[in-house]
Amino acid sequence: MSLRRWVALAVPVLFTLSLLNVPAIGETAPESITISGAKTSQTDSTLVKLDSDLYLPETTPAPAIVLAHGFGGNKTSVQVLAKKLQAAGYVVLAYTARGFGNSTGSISMNSPEYEISDAARIIDYLTGRPEVIKDSNNDPKVGFAGGSYGGALSLMIAGSDSRVDAIAADITWNNLTTALFPQSAIGLDAPGVYKQLWTGFFFSRGLTTLNLENPRCGRFALNWCALYESIAKSGTFTNEQAELMFKSSPASTNTNITAPTLIMAGQADSLFPLAEADANYQQIKAANSDLPLKLIWHSGGHDGGRSETERLNNLTLAWFDKYLREKGEISTDFEVTFVPANIISANQPDSSAIVESAPIYFGLSNATQSLPIAGPPQTILAPAGGAPAAISTFPGIGSIGGLFSQQIPSQTAFFQTAPLTENIKIIGSSQVELKVSSPTLQTDAVLFASLRIVGANGSSVLPNGLVAPIKLPAVSNQPTEILVSLPAIATEVKVGESIQVVLSTTDLAYRLPTEPANYLIELATPELAIATASTKPTVPIQSGWIFVWLTIIVIIALGAILFLLRPRHLTSDSNSDIAEIPVVINNLVKQFKNGPRAVNDISYQIPAGKVVGLLGPNGAGKTTTMRMMMGLIQPTSGSVYVFGERITPGAAVLSRIGSLVEGSGFLPHLTGRENLELYWQATGRSGDSNLEVVLEIADLGTAVNRKVRTYSQGMRQRLGIAQAMLGMPDLLILDEPTNGLDPPQIKAMRDVLHNYVEQGKTVIVSSHLLSEVEQTCSYVVVMHRGQLITSGEVKELLASRSNMRLEDFFLDVVGDDLTIGKT
Amino acid sequence: MSDYQANKTLPFRVEFIRQLRRRRTAVAFGLMILLPLIVVAAVKFGPSDDDSGDFGGGDLDLIGLATNGAGNFTVVMIFFATGFLLTTVFALFAGDTVASEASWSSLRYLLAAPVPRRRLLRIKLLVAMSLNFLAILILISVSYLIGLLAFGNAPLLSPLGGEFSGGEVVARLALIGCYVYITLLFVSGLAFYMSVRTDVPLGAVGTAVLLVIVFAILDAITALGDLRNWLPGHYSQAWTDVLSPEIVWGEMAKGFASATILFSILITAAFLKFDRKDILS
Repeated sequence: MSLRRWVALAVPVLFTLSLLNVPAIGETAPESITISGAKTSQTDSTLVKLDSDLYLPETTPAPAIVLAHGFGGNKTSVQVLAKKLQAAGYVVLAYTARGFGNSTGSISMNSPEYEISDAARIIDYLTGRPEVIKDSNNDPKVGFAGGSYGGALSLMIAGSDSRVDAIAADITWNNLTTALFPQSAIGLDAPGVYKQLWTGFFFSRGLTTLNLENPRCGRFALNWCALYESIAKSGTFTNEQAELMFKSSPASTNTNITAPTLIMAGQADSLFPLAEADANYQQIKAANSDLPLKLIWHSGGHDGGRSETERLNNLTLAWFDKYLREKGEISTDFEVTFVPANIISANQPDSSAIVESAPIYFGLSNATQSLPIAGPPQTILAPAGGAPAAISTFPGIGSIGGLFSQQIPSQTAFFQTAPLTENIKIIGSSQVELKVSSPTLQTDAVLFASLRIVGANGSSVLPNGLVAPIKLPAVSNQPTEILVSLPAIATEVKVGESIQVVLSTTDLAYRLPTEPANYLIELATPELAIATASTKPTVPIQSGWIFVWLTIIVIIALGAILFLLRPRHLTSDSNSDIAEIPVVINNLVKQFKNGPRAVNDISYQIPAGKVVGLLGPNGAGKTTTMRMMMGLIQPTSGSVYVFGERITPGAAVLSRIGSLVEGSGFLPHLTGRENLELYWQATGRSGDSNLEVVLEIADLGTAVNRKVRTYSQGMRQRLGIAQAMLGMPDLLILDEPTNGLDPPQIKAMRDVLHNYVEQGKTVIVSSHLLSEVEQTCSYVVVMHRGQLITSGEVKELLASRSNMRLEDFFLDVVGDDLTIGKT
Repeated sequence: MSDYQANKTLPFRVEFIRQLRRRRTAVAFGLMILLPLIVVAAVKFGPSDDDSGDFGGGDLDLIGLATNGAGNFTVVMIFFATGFLLTTVFALFAGDTVASEASWSSLRYLLAAPVPRRRLLRIKLLVAMSLNFLAILILISVSYLIGLLAFGNAPLLSPLGGEFSGGEVVARLALIGCYVYITLLFVSGLAFYMSVRTDVPLGAVGTAVLLVIVFAILDAITALGDLRNWLPGHYSQAWTDVLSPEIVWGEMAKGFASATILFSILITAAFLKFDRKDILS
């Protein structure tokens, strides 16, 4: 391979690799710094050291954005968004919260005294950086963003420090007590069912560093460690503990928020479900109804779901652009992602979900449509010890769909609507009224309500694997009426599908009573109140058209290239002066790439009405010359004219030539006759093919109806000559025509060629059998090593050399440095 | 010479007969018929499974629906065939067309006839793409017929919920067939380009199939992230979106653009290459 080709190959490869590794333009590596936060604890007043990364944009001063990571993460967890915001021109500060990574201190779950005070110190630090734009002396232009643990921090710092100018909070809680002890029976104040699997999972992530003094607590502050152990044992909490959790929740500060707030919530989130985001939204809105406030329900969440990271990062950037830089527009419309049912092609995370929007957020339970629902009273069992338990979601794995999810028939009651007659969008928490009773008095009875969608074929889907836990203080043989808020979802139920309300006694993710019980569940009213609203797609459905247009443009462009580069036949390619001469060759040269100069500046003419012999040893350039006569090979320079027309690929004059060069070429799966018939039809000539005449010359007998695959070499050769003679062309070019023929056939062929030229046509024959040429040809052209040696009438050439045979003459003119053989 | 007309050389019909009579054509079409037959035989006479036909419990199951009826059976056959079988057949029809003429030495006689070079490629491409179309048509119609005989005419159940019946089934299957055909344009274009470059038919077909496999492997490497969206064949499974109660077009539009643009580029390259190529075969 030549150097140039290596380079040509290397460029795209290197380019592709560069996309993988090299930082994008405008992106520089962050500066690692340590920032002093608030005091370490009540008893230790040393300031915690917060391990931070500062990303500086190309031009400063610029507004700053602080990124807070999720629980168990550190400052590098947010680097994708950090780099994106840096590239967009922001000073980005990502820091590891106290108690995580290389920051010191212990985890206090976003306590106002500790984590929130740390965030205030971060703002102080930014005040001292000259790269950050200031609103006033001690007030930098700053936004906060984060998800989960970092989302709560963003809400809470905005609710406690008025210097914050905008925030974006993703998948976070409103109040730890409602998030970890959910209660879906509307109107009941009692703590709900303890979400033990999630809580335990998160607590374990704070234990990754060995704590010698108190090994059970890891990096947790002692009061939080004690709180966890207490609630994990009892499955409930005291008023005092509720107060501690409330102080570490946005619910305690939301009413003070004055910064424009973007709240993002995940539909696939059994830890902090949509209800938590709804509460944050409602509290902020109630306190400050003029504040720019936007809520979106995306399709991700702590359970995984469909990742919309790119869209969320774009929204976050647009939010800060608008409220930190007054650049661009972003509406405060409520947005909700409908995940289409086509889960099979779901390998494209960001694209095939449909995002819809409504100008005003209509709340979590906009139960505006009612559907009849039916089912008999059913008795379900709560197993002793709480096992076996149904499985819906699993922390860190998420909704496990059909694969492992299990329902236990004796523990499950079903109520179902009729198949729908029109599509219904469920957006939010639907509600159902139930009556629950038990033959014996049960305290702290636990039930799980869920909403499933049942297909026409009987398959059923639990959207996002969500269940709504209910904890009733007391259930007796007198039915207790409850209004149940079903899990909040966003999906479209299609015609033919029905909606099922399922009540069960167990779910593996929650703390279950160990006391066995049986409950009678019945519908209090035979109606299901569907949460729904009118939303419109934010992206036009026809967005696919852009790709169709793109395709059309590319095709037109390529068509134009093909048209402009088309081979052209020029009028200057005709020369009427030589229209009667079969072949005129002028200064013909063919230099092959990396090869020999096969034909080196030859010029000759071939007269009409003769059988002309083209002679020369191996490598003389005979075949190359013949191929140039046929337009198969482009001359390097010089020209070939046939009957006054210059030969170019596909020149029309080629239709006056019949040829057999370097063996015949037939389709082996067709018979000899079919080959000739189809070839004739492919030549585009409308005259008489003389098929029967040439077949007679080929002398194949009945073999003409056999497949060519079965032919001998001689038979193919004869069929090849017959093909060349189809339509009786004015010029016949035959390369070694006698190959494979036996003597009688050679004799017959000689007669055929003599008869042929008697009609005024011309035949060019190349051969290595010089005696044969002498008998057949009246004119010869002799080539050697790409050059013309001589040409002329055989008689004239031999006239000066008495009694000389052609063979002697040939040896005489080309010298003895040759082996006569097939070219 | 006066009776020669360039636009009458190598008519479509002639080239179609030349290709249709080949054994590889019969084998390729035979495979399209054999695949549904084998699957039906396996389902009907294979070891029976007590759970067969039960696909409740929340599973989204494409394969499990195969025995539901003719429509579902056809969808499953398409699902089986798109992976490798159709890729190979498309590469065969498009890749072997010019190269095999070169290997039989018949290419030079066609060009010397003279069939103009661009016309030769155009007709050969049209015939190859028609044979490809026939292959899909045979697969779908034979699968549907066999499914009808074996499992009856139940409505097409979508694994994504909902069902289609009557003309809707035919329309959806036709749409799936068209989209599969379009996504395979990349294979065809690549094989055709290679066919113009080489005189070895198997080389052209093999190169195309090999590259498709390489792209499929790359596509399976999740670490490549969004770069995978640019891989040819990335959207080849998006036809399943046709089974949504309301067809989702977004992915298929991208798949259409990706396959068609690559096809056009490769075909343009093939024409430009062939315009000036020295025919030495």
